[in-house]
Amino acid sequence: MSKRLIDLTHISKSFDGQMILDDLNLYIRENEFLTLLGPSGCGKTTTLRIIGGFETPDQGNIIFDGRDITKLPPNQRQLNTVFQKYALFPHMSIAENIAFGLKIRKKSKTYIDDKIKYALNLVNLEGFENRNIDSLSGGQQQRIAIARAIVNEPKVLLLDEPLGALDLKLRQDMQYELIRLKNELGITFVYVTHDQEEALTMSDTIVVMNQGYIQQIGTPQDIYNEPVNAFVADFIGESNILNGLMIKDRLVEILDVKFPCVDEGFGCNTPVDVVIRPEDVELVSPEQGMLEGDVVSLIFKGVHWETEVLANGFEWLVHTTQMHPLGTHVGIQVDPFNIQIMNKPETNDEKAVESHV
Amino acid sequence: MCNLKRQLLAGPYVLWMAGFILLPVIMILYYAFTTTGGDFTFLNVSSITFSVHLKALTLSFKLALICTVICLALSYPLAMILNNMKAKSQGFVVFIFILPMWMNFMLRILAWRMLLSNNGVINSLLDTLGLPGIDILNTPTAVVFCMVYDFLPFMILPIYNSMARIQADIIEAARDLGAGNLTIFFKIIVPLTMSGVISGIIMVFVPALTSFAVSDLLGGGKVLLIGNVIEQAFMQEYNWNLGSGLSFVLMIFVIASMALMNSRGEENGAGVW
Repeated sequence: MSKRLIDLTHISKSFDGQMILDDLNLYIRENEFLTLLGPSGCGKTTTLRIIGGFETPDQGNIIFDGRDITKLPPNQRQLNTVFQKYALFPHMSIAENIAFGLKIRKKSKTYIDDKIKYALNLVNLEGFENRNIDSLSGGQQQRIAIARAIVNEPKVLLLDEPLGALDLKLRQDMQYELIRLKNELGITFVYVTHDQEEALTMSDTIVVMNQGYIQQIGTPQDIYNEPVNAFVADFIGESNILNGLMIKDRLVEILDVKFPCVDEGFGCNTPVDVVIRPEDVELVSPEQGMLEGDVVSLIFKGVHWETEVLANGFEWLVHTTQMHPLGTHVGIQVDPFNIQIMNKPETNDEKAVESHV
Repeated sequence: MCNLKRQLLAGPYVLWMAGFILLPVIMILYYAFTTTGGDFTFLNVSSITFSVHLKALTLSFKLALICTVICLALSYPLAMILNNMKAKSQGFVVFIFILPMWMNFMLRILAWRMLLSNNGVINSLLDTLGLPGIDILNTPTAVVFCMVYDFLPFMILPIYNSMARIQADIIEAARDLGAGNLTIFFKIIVPLTMSGVISGIIMVFVPALTSFAVSDLLGGGKVLLIGNVIEQAFMQEYNWNLGSGLSFVLMIFVIASMALMNSRGEENGAGVW
């Protein structure tokens, strides 16, 4: 594992008496693609702005490469930001935009020219030096914003929802571009988004946030397959979240039906949250299923049919490749490995989660 | 069909423009290049080289320039302060600045005459305080003073507008790329407000250059601007040909200075570094 590059310790921040971040602790490793993921107002952008130096935390410290930079202004930090709305300088050509940081550092003209060429090449916009900002599309402008940031050779690139203003197809292309860029540059990316698909595609580490608290930190696989609570499960992908009762180890009661599962250590007769992904619900013939129900909604999504089955008073969301017409009487079957058991929220920050869900 | 209807809507304005802008300009052109008898002549236009006319034109230029510089020096920092205020207070302060514009132009000039006169409000006040009085009425100083007062909002508003349009994240991006306050000011804020500065300069310089009412009322007949010369030609000498000739020259000067400012603006937009 590479070393820790940025350490955020006990960061708190409030605006106008409203708490945005409460005792946030987070470290970012060298060469990591870390994504701060959460709904709007969860504090992810504030966290990024604190790292960038645009906000000062009320409490806590930011350690960058062993040095406390909490009070350092943005222009003295070894990191650069890519803004959501590009924030290109409208009165400068593309070359001048890219050269801005280098000119401030008094680099030689040849160095700057080489760097501009290198950066434009890196973002696939060769020969755009003297073009006007207005003549570029949104995607191209965002590439220039990235080029402008990386020519300064920052140790960390901060990206604040950089694809938020782009259309879907372009957004998907840019995701692969960003992964490639990160690998070529070999620097740390800290990425802010509310789009779970973006986060899953690009990240080494995902930090799921809600209402100023970190809910879960893990790899995309961890976050998707082993969500720690109902909020994470709901936010990352679609899921069926049910109230359950843990009868004993490896047996959970859902909707008055006992399901075998693989989780242990929750005690006996403990109320729990149960998460089942829609692609993990199998539709079988009524007599084979653990539950019986009727198909109440059917939508074709291309790869799969998004089917809703009403069984024992709960609408199960099911993704299947087979079509079950509306009104079909079906059975529901879930593999024990695909049943996620999690504790009901107890602490304050987890309750914040619950209120959102 | 729909297009035609829409074009008809412009009708009243077209009539207005033809009657009150185009026709007068044609008339001025006609009078400027003819004698009282109606013969063609350059004399009216070339009479600008008479020393009395040339002196008035030079003084007009000088006072308009001083007025513009003072307005700019007052407005730019003010617009910056204004822009950094909370949104609510911004509206209120802008309102305060616009407030004098709701009063009649002539009334404001007359008010300044009252304030500045020898036994006027300001001098009485200075007298009670035991301070020496000021005697600037009927001097170019008073004229410039009043022009600055009158035209200041026309400088503040466009500059403030262009400054308010600068997105916060552009400033943040500059800071992020290593720029300190001075660099941000000279490389980002100044170039991005240049369009506002230029429209401010035009909106102050042109009326200041052509003004005659201020110099008439606060100059006491001692400050003769080109506007006053033209007014005298029309109203006292009834020499419409001379007045039109001088007006034509002034118009050329106005158009030339506007063109100059605009081209400077384009240069500034492109070549920042």
